[in-house]
Amino acid sequence: MRALCWTGVDQVAVRQVPDPELRNGHDAIVRVRQSATCGGDLPLLAGRTPYVSVGDVLGHEFLGDVVEVGPEVRRHRVGDRVVVSASVACGTCWYCQGGLPSCCDNGNPEPEVGEATYGHPVPGVFGRPRATGGFAGSHAEFVRVPYADVGAFGVPDTVSDDRALFASDAAPAGWMAADVGGVRPGDVVAVWGAGAVGQLTARAAGLLGADRVIVVDDQDDRLRMAERHSDAETIDPRHADVPAELRERTGGRGPDVCVEAVGPAWDGRIRSLAERFTGAAERPPAVREAVHACRKGGTVVVLGEFDGHVDAFPLGAVSAKGLSVRGARQHGQNYVPMLLERMARGELRTEHLATHRMPLEQGAHGYALFRDRRDGCVRTVLSPDLPAAP
Amino acid sequence: MGRIATVAGSALAGAAVGAVSGRVLRGRTRRRPAGGPGVRGNPAGGWQVVTVDRAPGTVLPGGRWPEPLRRLGGAIQVEVRPAPGCRGTELAARPRPGVPLPGLAAHVVGDDPARAVRAALRQAKQLAETGEVLRADRTPMDRGRAG
Ligand SMILES: NC(=O)c1ccc[n+]([C@@H]2O[C@H](COP(=O)([O-])OP(=O)(O)OC[C@H]3O[C@@H](n4cnc5c(N)ncnc54)[C@H](O)[C@@H]3O)[C@@H](O)[C@H]2O)c1
Ligand SMILES: [Zn+2]
Ligand SMILES: [Zn+2]
Repeated sequence: MRALCWTGVDQVAVRQVPDPELRNGHDAIVRVRQSATCGGDLPLLAGRTPYVSVGDVLGHEFLGDVVEVGPEVRRHRVGDRVVVSASVACGTCWYCQGGLPSCCDNGNPEPEVGEATYGHPVPGVFGRPRATGGFAGSHAEFVRVPYADVGAFGVPDTVSDDRALFASDAAPAGWMAADVGGVRPGDVVAVWGAGAVGQLTARAAGLLGADRVIVVDDQDDRLRMAERHSDAETIDPRHADVPAELRERTGGRGPDVCVEAVGPAWDGRIRSLAERFTGAAERPPAVREAVHACRKGGTVVVLGEFDGHVDAFPLGAVSAKGLSVRGARQHGQNYVPMLLERMARGELRTEHLATHRMPLEQGAHGYALFRDRRDGCVRTVLSPDLPAAP
Repeated sequence: MGRIATVAGSALAGAAVGAVSGRVLRGRTRRRPAGGPGVRGNPAGGWQVVTVDRAPGTVLPGGRWPEPLRRLGGAIQVEVRPAPGCRGTELAARPRPGVPLPGLAAHVVGDDPARAVRAALRQAKQLAETGEVLRADRTPMDRGRAG
């Protein structure tokens, strides 16, 4: 089959790779209709993620049709149209049973790597290197879905592919941020980052009753989208002092819940192997700002995916202000059915986020637009079915 | 001072090398030093532990070791005890000093006995919790080899 593979720093190419195979009884094989780029792919693309290697198939936000099921799969049949949660979880361990599927104990066939890095094994994510399972990604014609009964969800007929696609990762990430942030009616919520994840966080906060939602970013087109589709106010740091502006808009209190949906700051510098493996630290400017801005006793949710350590984390403010700091990969298995229902009711619209659609073969171009935020790109959506060349 | 070693020592005193049964310890919990079980390379008698979200009787049905541990046969010692807070069973194992691990494990995980034990524990956990052991994607090279 054809798949979009990482071939080197800032390089991807379509390669012919073997079709995925059923490896476990709970597996399904899905034929991909749509697969989206994500901010989480950018460190990988830049070769900054440890263990990324040439030939790895990228992509973890996807929707498609079941074409094969293992003997233990009960909830899906060949022909089902499904959206698949980006993180892999077994559904039966203590974490899965306790509502923390992205902490699953059994979602990673190579747990040693995460254990060495984080102290405990971390579950798999599609299209990521060995530390996160080494499962081939979804920028391909087909993808293997482990624990298909747990991670794949049938899409109601009334929800289009273009909308349901975002139930794979960006929408559950945003929902989770508002949920674990404890957003309640009357709250003021601030969100750093107006990518798909930040915009869907803002929308989730609104749906959970937040009184005001304020999105911070320096990308005009994305801020306009957040205003239009998430009913959010915006702050552009190029024209305003963000902490001062937030203080003023919240009567001096600071936002009740602050969500970072940015990820590691990327200074364009390619890091040496030594830096990558000895942990030269990322800078988390948006996390810092969120911690400073948050009201006393409030909650800061870190959605951005940081590989290891960060520099200059304002721990003093966390204790002096009594903050709660939360972080997680999205617990999609908890949220996807509810999100699909909201999509069916028209409460949650996401299709505007797919600003660019192209065949796999134009993946390199699609990633360049997405990475550089050019041409209004918020998400590039790749479809293996689109004709390769005009 | 071993954490699990102290708990397990007496229970194991009577167990013959190579016995294919584990003993279930009930109510013999002791405060463990910080660091938690399962820390690699831990000097406390080499015990490694996983928590299996199933009752002890399911983890060791009829006292029989689960298959991944049985493969290591007489080369390891095994202990189980209930996990606190309804979290199932703490399943512990360590290599028996001086007894080489059977070849299969060395072939799969290299010749570090601690890694082999850890891998077997994880597999036992996954079998009990999900019914199978999650397998990695095969690389194109592996697939070529298998035909
Ligand atoms: N936790 C999860 O489960 C989960 C799921 C998906 C994505 N993510 C992570 O969420 C983050 C955002 O994802 P995305 O796909 O929306 O990424 P994206 O790259 O499309 O968007 C990031 C946005 O942050 C803005 N930004 C950069 N620096 C900023 C700053 N200092 N202040 C305010 N805004 C700033 C950028 O202009 C951009 O619009 C990534 O780190 C991604 O890895 C997490
Ligand atoms: Zn994503
Ligand atoms: Zn699980």
